[in-house]
Amino acid sequence: MKKLFFTIFLALSVSACKTTEPLYYHGAYNQAVYAYFKAEDTTLEEQINILQQTIQAAANAGKPIAPGIHAHLGLLYFDTGNADLGKQHFEQEKVLFPESAKYLDFLLTARQGA
Amino acid sequence: MSWLKYCLIGTVVILTGCVSAPPAHDYTAFRNADPHSVLVLPPINNTVEVIAPYSLMSQVQQPIAESGYYVFPVALVTQTFRNNGLTEAADIHAVPFQKVHEIFGADTGLYMTIEEYGTSYVVLSSETVVKVSATLVDLRSGVVLWQDTARASSAEQRGNSGGGLVGMLVEAALNQIIETVTDRGFDIAAISANRLLYVEDHNGLLYGPRSPKYGQPVPSEKK
Repeated sequence: MKKLFFTIFLALSVSACKTTEPLYYHGAYNQAVYAYFKAEDTTLEEQINILQQTIQAAANAGKPIAPGIHAHLGLLYFDTGNADLGKQHFEQEKVLFPESAKYLDFLLTARQGA
Repeated sequence: MSWLKYCLIGTVVILTGCVSAPPAHDYTAFRNADPHSVLVLPPINNTVEVIAPYSLMSQVQQPIAESGYYVFPVALVTQTFRNNGLTEAADIHAVPFQKVHEIFGADTGLYMTIEEYGTSYVVLSSETVVKVSATLVDLRSGVVLWQDTARASSAEQRGNSGGGLVGMLVEAALNQIIETVTDRGFDIAAISANRLLYVEDHNGLLYGPRSPKYGQPVPSEKK
């Protein structure tokens, strides 16, 4: 009986310590953004690769991808001259996060005008 | 005898005073505004480290997203300001909030200032520090919803490893190397950003609509 109480106590104390489960999969997004800002050492193609891996890893883990990752990947594709994939990832961001729609539409319209 | 007693009590009061967390924020305006998204504006940099704003912007997105908000992609946002001739953070912070809201459609803007950033080598130890102050403004009304400051230091995690004076000097030199090569500032910026914003930290943001705890009181409100 004593053992049972101890086990319950242990389980409770462990669960109390358990940190909150993350909402999103972030992967190497922070590092990729930092590399983009620094604009040295890492090529745009490498940055695209890093984010593609992050998106793949999120899918494999069955975790929702963090906000901004598809939009940022879209930016990288636009920067490398691949407008089709750029647009595709902007659209993906809009589907996942409708909060981004107004801004991304503004960017897409600006690009078409240019 | 009695003055000694008062001194002791005084000491105890001072010591406990240092330990207790700062008073909880008043979240009334924040809760009433019920924002769904956060736009991180390029931060004002009061340090000599040119990289500081980029490092911080890369690290603040995660705690905001994990608190339950949509966070606008910082690289795109920075580029949009740049394309409109705004490269200085101070100029960007001076743009009327209505204009910012019109372009981005964001509910709130996070206006940050970097107070300290970087590694200093002080005789017996090297320390990497990142200190940030921030204000969350409702871009629909201009009302300030939340304000705070956070500081993180590499010295927090590193214990005194002993080994006498020579040992300390060697450790200091090694730390300096490690902190420069692996860009310790970027790592410490992450701790600072989390401490400042993350909903589970004392006086962080409220739970956003994308959090399963949306609407619940945050840790500093539970007394």
